[in-house]
Amino acid sequence: MSCTHARRVAPLRRLCRVPARRVSRPQAPRVAATQLISTSATALSCALVPSHLVRDTVTSPEVLQVRAAATRSWSRAFGDLAAGLQQRRLWGHLGLQDIKQGYRRSVIGPFWITISLGVQALGMGLLYAALFDQPIAFFLPYLAVGLIIWQFMSSCINEGAEVFIKNEGLIKHLPAPLSVHVFRLVWRQLLFFAHNALVWVALILIFPRALGWAGLLAIPALVVIVLNGAWVAILIGIISTRYRDIPPVTNSIVTLSFFMTPIVWNYEDLIRKGGPGAHRAQWAELNPFLHFVEILRRPMIGESFEIRHWVVTLAITVVGWAVALVVLRNYRARVSYWV
Amino acid sequence: MVSIEVRRASVEFPIFDAKTRSLKKAVLGTVGRAGGKIGTDARVPVVEALRDITLSLRHGDRVGLIGHNGAGKSTLLRLMSGIYEPTRGTSQIVGKVAPVFDLGVGMDPEISGYENIIIRGLFLGMTRKQMEARTAEIAEFTELGDYLSMPLRTYSTGMRVRLALGVVTSIDPEILLLDEGIGAVDAAFLERARDRLTALVERSGILVFASHSDEFLVQLCTSALWLDRGEIREQGSLGTVLSHYKNPASLTGALQ
Repeated sequence: MSCTHARRVAPLRRLCRVPARRVSRPQAPRVAATQLISTSATALSCALVPSHLVRDTVTSPEVLQVRAAATRSWSRAFGDLAAGLQQRRLWGHLGLQDIKQGYRRSVIGPFWITISLGVQALGMGLLYAALFDQPIAFFLPYLAVGLIIWQFMSSCINEGAEVFIKNEGLIKHLPAPLSVHVFRLVWRQLLFFAHNALVWVALILIFPRALGWAGLLAIPALVVIVLNGAWVAILIGIISTRYRDIPPVTNSIVTLSFFMTPIVWNYEDLIRKGGPGAHRAQWAELNPFLHFVEILRRPMIGESFEIRHWVVTLAITVVGWAVALVVLRNYRARVSYWV
Repeated sequence: MVSIEVRRASVEFPIFDAKTRSLKKAVLGTVGRAGGKIGTDARVPVVEALRDITLSLRHGDRVGLIGHNGAGKSTLLRLMSGIYEPTRGTSQIVGKVAPVFDLGVGMDPEISGYENIIIRGLFLGMTRKQMEARTAEIAEFTELGDYLSMPLRTYSTGMRVRLALGVVTSIDPEILLLDEGIGAVDAAFLERARDRLTALVERSGILVFASHSDEFLVQLCTSALWLDRGEIREQGSLGTVLSHYKNPASLTGALQ
Protein backbone atom coordinates (compact mmCIF):
# COMPACT_ATOMS: atom_id res chain seq x y z
CA MET A 1 0.00 0.00 0.00
CA SER A 2 2.50 2.58 1.17
CA CYS A 3 4.91 1.19 -1.35
CA THR A 4 2.80 1.99 -4.43
CA HIS A 5 1.88 5.33 -3.02
CA ALA A 6 5.47 6.31 -2.54
CA ARG A 7 6.36 5.26 -6.04
CA ARG A 8 3.62 7.37 -7.51
CA VAL A 9 4.80 10.42 -5.62
CA ALA A 10 8.47 10.00 -6.35
CA PRO A 11 8.62 11.44 -9.89
CA LEU A 12 6.72 14.52 -8.77
CA ARG A 13 9.14 15.09 -5.94
CA ARG A 14 12.06 14.70 -8.26
CA LEU A 15 10.65 17.30 -10.58
CA CYS A 16 10.38 19.76 -7.74
CA ARG A 17 13.65 19.01 -6.08
CA VAL A 18 16.16 18.75 -8.85
CA PRO A 19 16.19 22.36 -10.05
CA ALA A 20 16.21 23.62 -6.49
CA ARG A 21 19.42 21.75 -5.72
CA ARG A 22 21.02 22.87 -8.91
CA VAL A 23 20.57 26.47 -7.89
CA SER A 24 21.70 25.97 -4.33
CA ARG A 25 25.04 24.49 -5.34
CA PRO A 26 27.62 27.24 -4.90
CA GLN A 27 29.86 27.77 -7.87
CA ALA A 28 32.81 29.44 -6.23
CA PRO A 29 34.59 26.40 -4.75
CA ARG A 30 34.40 24.63 -8.05
CA VAL A 31 36.29 27.43 -9.79
CA ALA A 32 38.89 27.33 -7.08
CA ALA A 33 39.33 23.62 -7.57
CA THR A 34 39.89 23.90 -11.30
CA GLN A 35 42.49 26.56 -10.71
CA LEU A 36 44.28 24.29 -8.33
CA ILE A 37 44.44 21.63 -10.96
CA SER A 38 45.80 23.93 -13.62
CA THR A 39 48.55 25.14 -11.33
CA SER A 40 49.28 21.60 -10.40
CA ALA A 41 49.98 20.80 -14.01
CA THR A 42 53.12 22.90 -13.78
CA ALA A 43 54.20 21.51 -10.46
CA LEU A 44 53.34 17.90 -11.02
CA SER A 45 55.62 16.59 -8.35
CA CYS A 46 53.58 17.90 -5.48
CA ALA A 47 50.36 16.31 -4.42
CA LEU A 48 48.40 19.47 -3.93
CA VAL A 49 45.40 19.60 -1.67
CA PRO A 50 45.50 16.60 0.63
CA SER A 51 42.27 15.01 -0.39
CA HIS A 52 40.69 14.82 2.99
CA LEU A 53 41.30 18.43 3.88
CA VAL A 54 38.27 19.49 1.95
CA ARG A 55 36.08 16.57 2.85
CA ASP A 56 34.19 18.38 5.57
CA THR A 57 33.00 21.16 3.32
CA VAL A 58 30.31 19.20 1.68
CA THR A 59 29.41 21.34 -1.27
CA SER A 60 32.89 22.02 -2.55
CA PRO A 61 34.44 19.32 -4.68
CA GLU A 62 37.46 17.47 -3.49
CA VAL A 63 40.65 17.19 -5.37
CA LEU A 64 42.68 14.09 -4.87
CA GLN A 65 45.75 13.99 -6.99
CA VAL A 66 48.12 11.16 -6.45
CA ARG A 67 51.31 10.62 -8.30
CA ALA A 68 52.94 7.35 -7.37
CA ALA A 69 56.29 9.06 -6.93
CA ALA A 70 54.79 11.73 -4.69
CA THR A 71 52.80 9.68 -2.20
CA ARG A 72 55.65 10.07 0.30
CA SER A 73 55.28 13.74 1.01
CA TRP A 74 55.19 15.79 4.17
CA SER A 75 52.15 17.70 3.00
CA ARG A 76 50.18 14.49 2.70
CA ALA A 77 51.35 13.23 6.09
CA PHE A 78 50.38 16.47 7.82
CA GLY A 79 47.27 16.60 5.64
CA ASP A 80 46.26 13.23 7.03
CA LEU A 81 46.58 14.48 10.61
CA ALA A 82 44.80 17.75 9.88
CA ALA A 83 41.97 16.00 8.08
CA GLY A 84 41.71 13.53 10.93
CA LEU A 85 41.37 16.37 13.42
CA GLN A 86 38.76 17.95 11.21
CA GLN A 87 36.69 14.80 11.30
CA ARG A 88 36.48 14.95 15.08
CA ARG A 89 32.73 14.45 14.94
CA LEU A 90 33.31 11.09 13.34
CA TRP A 91 35.88 9.71 15.77
CA GLY A 92 34.20 11.45 18.67
CA HIS A 93 31.03 9.58 17.86
CA LEU A 94 32.78 6.28 17.19
CA GLY A 95 34.83 6.44 20.38
CA LEU A 96 31.73 7.08 22.44
CA GLN A 97 29.98 4.27 20.62
CA ASP A 98 32.88 1.93 21.44
CA ILE A 99 32.32 2.50 25.14
CA LYS A 100 28.55 2.22 25.01
CA GLN A 101 28.89 -0.90 22.89
CA GLY A 102 30.70 -2.79 25.63
CA TYR A 103 27.94 -2.16 28.12
CA ARG A 104 24.81 -2.49 26.04
CA ARG A 105 21.80 -3.67 28.03
CA SER A 106 23.73 -3.46 31.28
CA VAL A 107 22.08 -1.45 34.04
CA ILE A 108 25.16 0.26 35.44
CA GLY A 109 26.65 0.58 31.95
CA PRO A 110 30.02 2.21 31.50
CA PHE A 111 30.31 2.71 35.25
CA TRP A 112 31.46 -0.87 35.42
CA ILE A 113 34.74 0.62 34.24
CA THR A 114 34.88 2.72 37.38
CA ILE A 115 33.79 -0.11 39.62
CA SER A 116 36.26 -2.64 38.29
CA LEU A 117 39.16 -0.24 38.70
CA GLY A 118 37.97 0.66 42.17
CA VAL A 119 37.83 -2.99 43.19
CA GLN A 120 41.25 -3.65 41.69
CA ALA A 121 42.80 -0.67 43.48
CA LEU A 122 41.18 -1.57 46.78
CA GLY A 123 42.19 -5.22 46.65
CA MET A 124 45.75 -4.57 45.57
CA GLY A 125 46.01 -1.57 47.86
CA LEU A 126 45.13 -3.50 51.00
CA LEU A 127 47.57 -6.26 50.12
CA TYR A 128 50.55 -4.20 49.00
CA ALA A 129 50.16 -1.57 51.71
CA ALA A 130 50.70 -4.37 54.20
CA LEU A 131 53.52 -5.98 52.19
CA PHE A 132 55.45 -2.75 51.74
CA ASP A 133 54.49 -1.39 55.13
CA GLN A 134 52.76 1.72 53.81
CA PRO A 135 49.97 3.78 55.43
CA ILE A 136 46.66 3.04 53.70
CA ALA A 137 45.70 6.72 53.55
CA PHE A 138 48.74 7.42 51.41
CA PHE A 139 49.03 4.17 49.54
CA LEU A 140 45.48 3.71 48.25
CA PRO A 141 45.35 7.00 46.28
CA TYR A 142 48.97 6.44 45.19
CA LEU A 143 48.14 3.03 43.79
CA ALA A 144 44.77 3.97 42.29
CA VAL A 145 46.17 6.97 40.41
CA GLY A 146 49.09 4.87 39.19
CA LEU A 147 46.71 2.22 37.90
CA ILE A 148 44.52 4.78 36.15
CA ILE A 149 47.49 6.32 34.36
CA TRP A 150 48.96 2.94 33.56
CA GLN A 151 45.69 1.75 32.06
CA PHE A 152 45.65 4.71 29.70
CA MET A 153 49.25 4.29 28.61
CA SER A 154 49.23 0.53 28.26
CA SER A 155 45.99 0.56 26.24
CA CYS A 156 47.37 3.18 23.89
CA ILE A 157 50.34 0.90 23.22
CA ASN A 158 48.55 -2.45 23.12
CA GLU A 159 45.55 -1.29 21.14
CA GLY A 160 47.76 1.05 19.13
CA ALA A 161 49.62 -1.97 17.81
CA GLU A 162 46.35 -3.18 16.29
CA VAL A 163 44.76 0.15 15.46
CA PHE A 164 44.95 -0.38 11.70
CA ILE A 165 44.78 -4.17 11.68
CA LYS A 166 41.49 -4.12 13.62
CA ASN A 167 40.06 -1.46 11.33
CA GLU A 168 40.92 -3.32 8.14
CA GLY A 169 37.31 -3.24 6.98
CA LEU A 170 36.93 0.49 7.38
CA ILE A 171 40.31 1.25 5.83
CA LYS A 172 39.62 -0.87 2.77
CA HIS A 173 36.07 0.27 2.20
CA LEU A 174 35.74 3.89 3.18
CA PRO A 175 38.27 6.53 2.25
CA ALA A 176 39.20 8.34 5.45
CA PRO A 177 42.44 9.71 6.88
CA LEU A 178 44.44 7.12 8.80
CA SER A 179 44.67 9.39 11.80
CA VAL A 180 40.91 9.04 12.33
CA HIS A 181 41.49 5.55 13.70
CA VAL A 182 44.28 6.77 15.97
CA PHE A 183 42.23 9.67 17.32
CA ARG A 184 39.31 7.35 17.92
CA LEU A 185 41.55 5.07 19.96
CA VAL A 186 43.10 7.85 22.05
CA TRP A 187 39.71 9.47 22.59
CA ARG A 188 38.22 6.18 23.74
CA GLN A 189 41.07 5.72 26.21
CA LEU A 190 40.56 9.25 27.44
CA LEU A 191 36.92 8.43 28.11
CA PHE A 192 38.01 5.35 30.06
CA PHE A 193 40.40 7.58 31.96
CA ALA A 194 37.58 9.96 32.83
CA HIS A 195 35.46 7.10 34.18
CA ASN A 196 38.37 5.78 36.20
CA ALA A 197 39.16 9.22 37.55
CA LEU A 198 35.99 9.00 39.61
CA VAL A 199 37.82 6.51 41.81
CA TRP A 200 40.51 9.11 42.38
CA VAL A 201 37.87 11.73 43.26
CA ALA A 202 36.35 9.35 45.78
CA LEU A 203 39.70 8.54 47.36
CA ILE A 204 40.65 12.22 47.65
CA LEU A 205 37.36 12.80 49.45
CA ILE A 206 37.90 9.83 51.78
CA PHE A 207 41.57 10.60 52.47
CA PRO A 208 41.65 14.40 52.17
CA ARG A 209 44.95 16.03 51.27
CA ALA A 210 45.97 19.45 50.05
CA LEU A 211 46.49 19.38 46.29
CA GLY A 212 47.32 23.08 46.06
CA TRP A 213 47.97 25.03 42.91
CA ALA A 214 50.51 22.44 41.82
CA GLY A 215 47.54 20.12 41.39
CA LEU A 216 46.71 22.04 38.23
CA LEU A 217 49.85 20.58 36.68
CA ALA A 218 47.76 17.46 36.20
CA ILE A 219 46.15 19.13 33.18
CA PRO A 220 49.31 19.75 31.11
CA ALA A 221 50.57 16.37 32.30
CA LEU A 222 47.51 14.67 30.88
CA VAL A 223 47.98 16.60 27.63
CA VAL A 224 51.57 15.33 27.39
CA ILE A 225 50.46 11.75 28.01
CA VAL A 226 47.68 12.02 25.42
CA LEU A 227 50.12 13.43 22.85
CA ASN A 228 52.40 10.49 23.48
CA GLY A 229 49.54 8.03 23.19
CA ALA A 230 48.86 9.40 19.71
CA TRP A 231 52.38 9.08 18.34
CA VAL A 232 52.81 5.64 19.87
CA ALA A 233 49.62 4.43 18.18
CA ILE A 234 50.66 5.89 14.81
CA LEU A 235 54.18 4.47 14.98
CA ILE A 236 53.47 1.03 16.41
CA GLY A 237 50.24 0.82 14.45
CA ILE A 238 51.98 1.25 11.10
CA ILE A 239 54.94 -0.99 11.95
CA SER A 240 52.77 -3.80 13.26
CA THR A 241 50.50 -3.62 10.21
CA ARG A 242 53.55 -4.52 8.15
CA TYR A 243 55.19 -6.90 10.64
CA ARG A 244 52.52 -8.89 12.40
CA ASP A 245 54.95 -10.16 15.03
CA ILE A 246 55.01 -6.77 16.71
CA PRO A 247 51.72 -6.85 18.70
CA PRO A 248 52.71 -9.87 20.87
CA VAL A 249 56.11 -8.26 21.45
CA THR A 250 54.67 -4.93 22.58
CA ASN A 251 52.17 -6.82 24.69
CA SER A 252 54.82 -8.62 26.68
CA ILE A 253 56.95 -5.50 26.99
CA VAL A 254 53.96 -3.62 28.41
CA THR A 255 53.16 -6.40 30.87
CA LEU A 256 56.75 -6.51 32.05
CA SER A 257 56.90 -2.72 32.30
CA PHE A 258 53.96 -2.70 34.66
CA PHE A 259 56.06 -4.48 37.25
CA MET A 260 59.17 -2.43 36.47
CA THR A 261 57.30 0.84 36.94
CA PRO A 262 56.63 2.05 40.47
CA ILE A 263 52.88 1.66 40.56
CA VAL A 264 52.33 -1.02 43.19
CA TRP A 265 55.66 -0.18 44.85
CA ASN A 266 56.98 3.19 45.91
CA TYR A 267 60.54 3.68 44.72
CA GLU A 268 61.16 6.87 46.68
CA ASP A 269 60.20 5.11 49.86
CA LEU A 270 62.47 2.16 49.06
CA ILE A 271 65.37 4.54 48.40
CA ARG A 272 64.72 6.34 51.68
CA LYS A 273 64.75 3.07 53.59
CA GLY A 274 68.18 2.19 52.19
CA GLY A 275 69.62 -1.30 51.95
CA PRO A 276 70.08 -3.45 48.83
CA GLY A 277 66.52 -2.65 47.68
CA ALA A 278 67.37 1.02 47.52
CA HIS A 279 70.15 0.41 45.03
CA ARG A 280 67.82 -1.48 42.73
CA ALA A 281 65.04 1.06 43.09
CA GLN A 282 67.30 3.79 41.73
CA TRP A 283 67.38 2.00 38.40
CA ALA A 284 63.68 2.75 38.02
CA GLU A 285 64.69 6.24 36.89
CA LEU A 286 65.88 4.70 33.62
CA ASN A 287 62.37 3.50 32.89
CA PRO A 288 60.61 6.11 30.69
CA PHE A 289 57.22 4.95 31.96
CA LEU A 290 58.16 6.11 35.44
CA HIS A 291 58.47 9.71 34.28
CA PHE A 292 55.11 9.64 32.52
CA VAL A 293 53.43 8.19 35.58
CA GLU A 294 55.13 10.73 37.82
CA ILE A 295 54.24 13.91 35.91
CA LEU A 296 50.56 13.10 36.35
CA ARG A 297 50.53 11.18 39.63
CA ARG A 298 52.45 13.74 41.66
CA PRO A 299 49.97 16.61 41.15
CA MET A 300 47.02 14.24 41.55
CA ILE A 301 48.09 13.08 45.01
CA GLY A 302 49.53 16.39 46.18
CA GLU A 303 53.23 15.65 45.87
CA SER A 304 55.88 18.18 44.96
CA PHE A 305 56.85 19.14 41.43
CA GLU A 306 59.97 17.47 40.03
CA ILE A 307 61.42 19.09 36.93
CA ARG A 308 63.35 16.05 35.68
CA HIS A 309 60.19 14.06 34.96
CA TRP A 310 58.95 16.89 32.76
CA VAL A 311 62.24 17.21 30.92
CA VAL A 312 62.32 13.51 30.13
CA THR A 313 58.68 13.27 29.04
CA LEU A 314 58.79 16.39 26.89
CA ALA A 315 61.96 15.15 25.20
CA ILE A 316 60.29 11.81 24.50
CA THR A 317 57.23 13.62 23.14
CA VAL A 318 59.33 15.58 20.64
CA VAL A 319 61.48 12.65 19.53
CA GLY A 320 58.52 10.28 19.40
CA TRP A 321 56.47 12.58 17.23
CA ALA A 322 59.41 13.19 14.92
CA VAL A 323 59.88 9.45 14.37
CA ALA A 324 56.14 8.84 14.02
CA LEU A 325 55.85 11.62 11.44
CA VAL A 326 58.68 10.18 9.36
CA VAL A 327 57.02 6.78 9.41
CA LEU A 328 53.65 8.31 8.62
CA ARG A 329 55.14 10.21 5.70
CA ASN A 330 56.83 7.17 4.24
CA TYR A 331 54.27 4.46 4.86
CA ARG A 332 50.90 6.19 5.17
CA ALA A 333 49.86 5.18 1.67
CA ARG A 334 51.09 1.62 2.20
CA VAL A 335 48.83 0.87 5.16
CA SER A 336 45.78 0.17 2.98
CA TYR A 337 47.92 -2.28 1.00
CA TRP A 338 49.25 -4.00 4.11
CA VAL A 339 46.12 -4.45 6.21
CA MET B 1 34.29 19.98 -13.08
CA VAL B 2 33.98 16.48 -11.75
CA SER B 3 36.51 14.14 -13.31
CA ILE B 4 38.59 11.05 -12.86
CA GLU B 5 41.94 10.95 -14.64
CA VAL B 6 44.06 7.87 -14.27
CA ARG B 7 47.29 7.68 -16.21
CA ARG B 8 49.41 4.54 -16.50
CA ALA B 9 48.51 3.60 -12.96
CA SER B 10 49.42 0.27 -11.40
CA VAL B 11 48.38 -1.24 -8.11
CA GLU B 12 50.66 -3.94 -6.78
CA PHE B 13 50.06 -5.88 -3.61
CA PRO B 14 52.93 -7.36 -1.70
CA ILE B 15 52.14 -10.86 -0.48
CA PHE B 16 54.01 -11.12 2.79
CA ASP B 17 52.75 -14.45 3.99
CA ALA B 18 53.75 -16.32 0.86
CA LYS B 19 56.97 -17.83 2.05
CA THR B 20 57.79 -20.61 -0.32
CA ARG B 21 59.80 -19.92 -3.36
CA SER B 22 57.52 -22.03 -5.49
CA LEU B 23 54.54 -19.90 -4.60
CA LYS B 24 56.52 -16.79 -5.36
CA LYS B 25 57.39 -18.21 -8.72
CA ALA B 26 53.81 -19.19 -9.35
CA VAL B 27 52.49 -15.75 -8.51
CA LEU B 28 55.03 -13.90 -10.61
CA GLY B 29 54.70 -16.41 -13.40
CA THR B 30 50.98 -16.05 -13.99
CA VAL B 31 50.09 -12.60 -12.86
CA GLY B 32 53.17 -10.49 -13.11
CA ARG B 33 55.53 -9.78 -15.92
CA ALA B 34 59.12 -8.68 -15.82
CA GLY B 35 57.96 -5.14 -15.07
CA GLY B 36 56.12 -6.25 -11.99
CA LYS B 37 59.20 -6.25 -9.84
CA ILE B 38 60.25 -2.66 -10.41
CA GLY B 39 60.21 -0.54 -7.30
CA THR B 40 59.26 -3.36 -5.00
CA ASP B 41 61.22 -5.56 -2.72
CA ALA B 42 62.17 -8.44 -4.97
CA ARG B 43 62.09 -10.92 -2.09
CA VAL B 44 58.39 -10.31 -1.55
CA PRO B 45 56.06 -11.73 -4.19
CA VAL B 46 53.85 -9.14 -5.78
CA VAL B 47 50.42 -9.41 -7.29
CA GLU B 48 49.69 -6.80 -9.87
CA ALA B 49 46.02 -6.18 -9.33
CA LEU B 50 46.01 -3.36 -11.87
CA ARG B 51 48.56 -2.72 -14.57
CA ASP B 52 49.03 0.36 -16.65
CA ILE B 53 45.50 1.66 -16.34
CA THR B 54 44.73 4.80 -18.29
CA LEU B 55 41.25 6.20 -18.26
CA SER B 56 39.45 9.47 -18.17
CA LEU B 57 35.91 9.96 -16.91
CA ARG B 58 33.89 13.14 -17.16
CA HIS B 59 30.70 14.62 -15.83
CA GLY B 60 27.69 12.49 -16.73
CA ASP B 61 29.61 9.29 -17.40
CA ARG B 62 27.91 6.13 -16.17
CA VAL B 63 30.40 3.37 -16.53
CA GLY B 64 29.94 -0.32 -15.93
CA LEU B 65 32.99 -2.30 -14.91
CA ILE B 66 32.93 -5.82 -16.26
CA GLY B 67 35.36 -8.68 -16.02
CA HIS B 68 35.92 -12.04 -14.41
CA ASN B 69 36.38 -12.52 -10.68
CA GLY B 70 39.74 -11.14 -9.77
CA ALA B 71 40.01 -9.02 -12.89
CA GLY B 72 40.61 -5.94 -10.74
CA LYS B 73 37.17 -4.33 -10.66
CA SER B 74 37.04 -3.73 -6.93
CA THR B 75 40.66 -2.63 -6.88
CA LEU B 76 39.97 -0.09 -9.60
CA LEU B 77 37.01 1.25 -7.63
CA ARG B 78 39.26 1.61 -4.60
CA LEU B 79 41.88 3.36 -6.67
CA MET B 80 39.19 5.79 -7.81
CA SER B 81 38.04 6.39 -4.24
CA GLY B 82 41.57 7.14 -3.07
CA ILE B 83 41.81 4.17 -0.73
CA TYR B 84 44.70 2.78 -2.75
CA GLU B 85 47.23 5.22 -4.04
CA PRO B 86 48.82 3.95 -7.25
CA THR B 87 52.20 2.28 -6.88
CA ARG B 88 53.11 3.59 -10.32
CA GLY B 89 51.51 6.20 -12.54
CA THR B 90 49.11 8.91 -11.45
CA SER B 91 45.50 9.31 -10.53
CA GLN B 92 43.56 12.48 -10.08
CA ILE B 93 40.07 12.57 -8.74
CA VAL B 94 38.11 15.81 -8.65
CA GLY B 95 34.82 15.60 -6.82
CA LYS B 96 33.20 14.33 -3.68
CA VAL B 97 33.46 10.56 -3.68
CA ALA B 98 30.90 8.24 -2.14
CA PRO B 99 31.74 4.56 -2.30
CA VAL B 100 29.34 1.70 -1.63
CA PHE B 101 31.60 -1.35 -1.53
CA ASP B 102 30.90 -3.61 1.34
CA LEU B 103 27.53 -3.09 2.90
CA GLY B 104 28.55 -4.33 6.30
CA VAL B 105 31.42 -1.94 6.73
CA GLY B 106 30.86 1.26 8.62
CA MET B 107 27.60 -0.15 9.88
CA ASP B 108 27.09 -1.35 13.38
CA PRO B 109 24.66 -4.28 13.64
CA GLU B 110 23.79 -3.49 17.24
CA ILE B 111 22.48 0.02 16.73
CA SER B 112 19.40 1.26 14.92
CA GLY B 113 19.07 2.08 11.24
CA TYR B 114 18.77 5.78 12.09
CA GLU B 115 22.03 5.75 14.04
CA ASN B 116 23.69 3.88 11.20
CA ILE B 117 22.52 6.50 8.74
CA ILE B 118 24.27 9.12 10.84
CA ILE B 119 27.50 7.17 11.29
CA ARG B 120 27.71 6.37 7.60
CA GLY B 121 27.07 10.03 6.81
CA LEU B 122 29.84 11.07 9.19
CA PHE B 123 32.19 8.74 7.33
CA LEU B 124 31.24 10.40 4.09
CA GLY B 125 32.13 13.79 5.51
CA MET B 126 28.73 15.03 6.60
CA THR B 127 27.84 16.45 9.98
CA ARG B 128 25.37 14.94 12.40
CA LYS B 129 22.91 17.77 11.82
CA GLN B 130 23.08 17.44 8.06
CA MET B 131 22.33 13.75 8.34
CA GLU B 132 19.48 14.28 10.78
CA ALA B 133 17.92 16.64 8.28
CA ARG B 134 18.07 13.90 5.66
CA THR B 135 16.77 10.95 7.65
CA ALA B 136 13.14 11.59 6.70
CA GLU B 137 14.02 11.62 3.03
CA ILE B 138 16.12 8.47 3.39
CA ALA B 139 13.33 6.74 5.28
CA GLU B 140 10.93 7.61 2.49
CA PHE B 141 13.25 6.46 -0.30
CA THR B 142 14.28 3.20 1.35
CA GLU B 143 10.70 2.38 2.39
CA LEU B 144 12.13 0.94 5.59
CA GLY B 145 9.69 2.89 7.76
CA ASP B 146 9.59 1.72 11.36
CA TYR B 147 12.43 -0.68 10.74
CA LEU B 148 14.81 2.26 10.93
CA SER B 149 14.46 2.28 14.69
CA MET B 150 15.31 -1.43 14.90
CA PRO B 151 18.89 -2.66 15.32
CA LEU B 152 20.60 -3.28 12.00
CA ARG B 153 21.12 -6.97 12.77
CA THR B 154 17.41 -7.53 12.17
CA TYR B 155 17.78 -6.36 8.56
CA SER B 156 17.98 -8.59 5.54
CA THR B 157 20.79 -8.07 3.02
CA GLY B 158 18.44 -6.29 0.66
CA MET B 159 17.34 -3.93 3.41
CA ARG B 160 20.94 -3.08 4.18
CA VAL B 161 21.55 -2.31 0.53
CA ARG B 162 18.54 -0.02 0.56
CA LEU B 163 19.88 1.79 3.59
CA ALA B 164 23.37 2.16 2.11
CA LEU B 165 22.01 3.42 -1.20
CA GLY B 166 19.65 5.75 0.61
CA VAL B 167 22.52 7.33 2.48
CA VAL B 168 24.92 7.76 -0.43
CA THR B 169 22.30 9.14 -2.77
CA SER B 170 20.98 11.55 -0.15
CA ILE B 171 24.30 13.28 0.40
CA ASP B 172 24.51 14.33 -3.22
CA PRO B 173 27.93 12.88 -4.04
CA GLU B 174 29.64 13.81 -7.25
CA ILE B 175 31.33 10.50 -7.86
CA LEU B 176 29.42 7.41 -6.90
CA LEU B 177 31.27 4.11 -6.85
CA LEU B 178 29.17 0.97 -6.51
CA ASP B 179 30.42 -2.55 -6.10
CA GLU B 180 28.33 -5.55 -7.05
CA GLY B 181 26.74 -6.04 -3.64
CA ILE B 182 23.72 -3.99 -4.59
CA GLY B 183 22.36 -6.95 -6.56
CA ALA B 184 20.50 -8.03 -3.44
CA VAL B 185 17.64 -5.58 -3.82
CA ASP B 186 14.34 -6.42 -5.50
CA ALA B 187 13.42 -5.24 -8.97
CA ALA B 188 10.90 -2.63 -7.86
CA PHE B 189 13.40 -0.94 -5.60
CA LEU B 190 16.10 -1.13 -8.22
CA GLU B 191 13.86 0.80 -10.55
CA ARG B 192 13.44 3.54 -7.98
CA ALA B 193 17.15 3.46 -7.26
CA ARG B 194 17.94 3.72 -10.94
CA ASP B 195 15.77 6.82 -11.33
CA ARG B 196 17.46 8.39 -8.36
CA LEU B 197 20.95 7.41 -9.47
CA THR B 198 20.34 8.60 -13.01
CA ALA B 199 19.08 11.93 -11.75
CA LEU B 200 22.06 12.18 -9.44
CA VAL B 201 24.57 11.45 -12.18
CA GLU B 202 22.93 13.88 -14.58
CA ARG B 203 22.93 16.54 -11.91
CA SER B 204 26.43 16.32 -10.77
CA GLY B 205 28.71 13.56 -11.65
CA ILE B 206 30.06 10.19 -12.42
CA LEU B 207 28.84 6.70 -11.66
CA VAL B 208 31.10 3.68 -11.77
CA PHE B 209 29.39 0.38 -11.19
CA ALA B 210 31.02 -3.03 -11.01
CA SER B 211 28.65 -5.90 -11.67
CA HIS B 212 28.25 -9.33 -13.16
CA SER B 213 24.60 -8.71 -13.90
CA ASP B 214 23.85 -7.54 -17.44
CA GLU B 215 20.42 -6.49 -16.30
CA PHE B 216 21.72 -4.07 -13.67
CA LEU B 217 24.44 -2.80 -15.97
CA VAL B 218 21.94 -2.01 -18.70
CA GLN B 219 19.71 -0.24 -16.22
CA LEU B 220 22.40 1.94 -14.66
CA CYS B 221 25.18 2.43 -17.18
CA THR B 222 25.71 3.76 -20.66
CA SER B 223 29.33 2.86 -21.26
CA ALA B 224 31.53 0.02 -20.11
CA LEU B 225 35.06 -0.83 -19.25
CA TRP B 226 36.23 -4.41 -19.57
CA LEU B 227 38.99 -5.38 -17.19
CA ASP B 228 41.00 -8.51 -17.78
CA ARG B 229 43.74 -9.59 -15.38
CA GLY B 230 44.28 -6.07 -14.19
CA GLU B 231 44.42 -4.47 -17.59
CA ILE B 232 41.83 -2.63 -19.61
CA ARG B 233 40.78 -4.93 -22.43
CA GLU B 234 38.19 -2.72 -24.00
CA GLN B 235 36.42 0.55 -23.37
CA GLY B 236 33.32 1.75 -25.18
CA SER B 237 29.57 1.72 -25.28
CA LEU B 238 27.94 -0.77 -22.95
CA GLY B 239 26.32 -2.87 -25.68
CA THR B 240 29.49 -3.34 -27.72
CA VAL B 241 31.75 -4.12 -24.81
CA LEU B 242 29.24 -6.51 -23.26
CA SER B 243 28.84 -8.47 -26.47
CA HIS B 244 32.61 -8.74 -26.88
CA TYR B 245 32.94 -9.79 -23.26
CA LYS B 246 30.33 -12.50 -23.71
CA ASN B 247 31.87 -13.68 -26.94
CA PRO B 248 35.59 -12.85 -27.08
CA ALA B 249 35.87 -14.47 -30.50
CA SER B 250 33.87 -11.63 -32.03
CA LEU B 251 36.43 -9.12 -30.79
CA THR B 252 39.41 -10.92 -32.27
CA GLY B 253 37.38 -11.33 -35.44
CA ALA B 254 36.68 -7.64 -35.60
CA LEU B 255 40.33 -6.77 -35.05
CA GLN B 256 41.46 -9.04 -37.82
